[in-house]
Amino acid sequence: MTRDEIRTALLKCLSEVAPEIANEEIVDAADLRDELDLDSMDVLRWVQGIHKALSVEIPEEDYGKIASLEDAITYVASRI
Amino acid sequence: MAEFVMPSLGADMTAGTLAKWRVAAGDRVSQGDIIAEVETDKGLIEIEVFESGRVEKLLVQEGARVPVGTPLAEIVTGSATGTETAPVTAPASLPAPGGIISSGASNPRLDGPMASPAVRRRAHELDVPLEAVRGSGEHGRIRLEDLRSVTRGAESSPDRVRISPYARRLAIEHGLDLSQLRGTGPAGAIQARDVLGAKQNVPGLSQAAPETPAKRMQRAIAAAMTRANDEIPHYYVEHSIDMGPALDWLRETNTSRSVSERLVSGVLVLRAVASALRKHAALNATWQAGEAVPCAQVHVGLAVSLRGGGLVAPALQNTDEGSLDDLMTRMTDLVSRARAGALRSSEMTSATITLTSLGERGVESVTPIIFPPQVAIVGCGAILERPWVVDGQVIPRPIMQVTLGADHRVSNGHRGARFLSTLDRFLQEPEKL
Repeated sequence: MTRDEIRTALLKCLSEVAPEIANEEIVDAADLRDELDLDSMDVLRWVQGIHKALSVEIPEEDYGKIASLEDAITYVASRI
Repeated sequence: MAEFVMPSLGADMTAGTLAKWRVAAGDRVSQGDIIAEVETDKGLIEIEVFESGRVEKLLVQEGARVPVGTPLAEIVTGSATGTETAPVTAPASLPAPGGIISSGASNPRLDGPMASPAVRRRAHELDVPLEAVRGSGEHGRIRLEDLRSVTRGAESSPDRVRISPYARRLAIEHGLDLSQLRGTGPAGAIQARDVLGAKQNVPGLSQAAPETPAKRMQRAIAAAMTRANDEIPHYYVEHSIDMGPALDWLRETNTSRSVSERLVSGVLVLRAVASALRKHAALNATWQAGEAVPCAQVHVGLAVSLRGGGLVAPALQNTDEGSLDDLMTRMTDLVSRARAGALRSSEMTSATITLTSLGERGVESVTPIIFPPQVAIVGCGAILERPWVVDGQVIPRPIMQVTLGADHRVSNGHRGARFLSTLDRFLQEPEKL
């Protein structure tokens, strides 16, 4: 998978957690919790979605490594 | 025969739009079935039926906006004799002008003045807030005569105008003078189409933008919070809780679980609040007609902020029952549906206390306002690393500041302090939650 493909897949998972963000422009380097007003349950649901879609399991201690979309793409790319 | 009526789903809800029927005449329904969807200030709410039977007739068409208490359908119940009429939706038949209202199933009375559906309908038609009426019936129950005495002065003119309740409401909303409207209905009664027709002839009115759902929700919140601030003598107690044991347990539990079975700390707090309420029942009650009525069940309302703006606090029923895993599943489902605007009527009306977790947004503490007719609210700040003294040593610990806001008419600071102390104790033993 290319980074672009991963980006698309991650955004799709994110839009399932927060449908309202579908039309928002997301800054790849921004902190997603701040930017999209995600709480811990949203993050968990996103991680669950990523696991389902890409078979990448993200342990809790790694949540800090997926804080922005950019970080998340790098993290997933290294584990896919 | 029973009537299924437009329920009251909030303090200021006087009417709702029947958006969709989920049943047709002839269908069998069971208690708890969702049979209609109603558009309210709080979004689209799925309405449950509270009796079992067969739908005899649908009385209101999809798209119609009708006052609270209006019969929507006739339902033949199992024990119906054919003449007996009983309201079917629990909240609807009740005097429920309560904010983000709450009352357990075991607790049939809701907040606000007591009045029959007929009186409520009449009050709505006359546009008289029931709170402004002094009830002369038993326990202050408002009777039709009481309404008459309030409106005697006003009745001479507007009430002689024959007008349907919906048309009256429309006219009021659009600021039209009833005496200037010409009715085309039976006996010259003014109907909705007459109002709408007249509206188009008034310069400026037809161009007025309809109020957005977000704006309506904000108005509903404003009404509930203003009422809470005006009426409830709040007191607050705060406590800092060491979340170390809870977070350690959570980390350990989640490590051995698949991603789909993970828990969040919020679910531990939610369960601990519910369990602590069992020990401090005075806080698990609603304020109705001048007295606190204890709730037999614990239904914690979860304050959920909507990203488009707005706030809802739907109830997680029986929050103190079932496993933590089950509670996690139910919490995820409830929050998702709240965000998607697909809550059920029982969830909108049954909360017995509210939990708000603004700590998720990073703030250290929150001083929340009670949702009437509830008598308490719990606010959680962020879990932050703090220097903490343990066994004479200063060490960093994850600390959460919890605030209890409660109604001083119902409980006092001593009770509140004991509740927070119990909550603390429960969170030190997360494995038992």
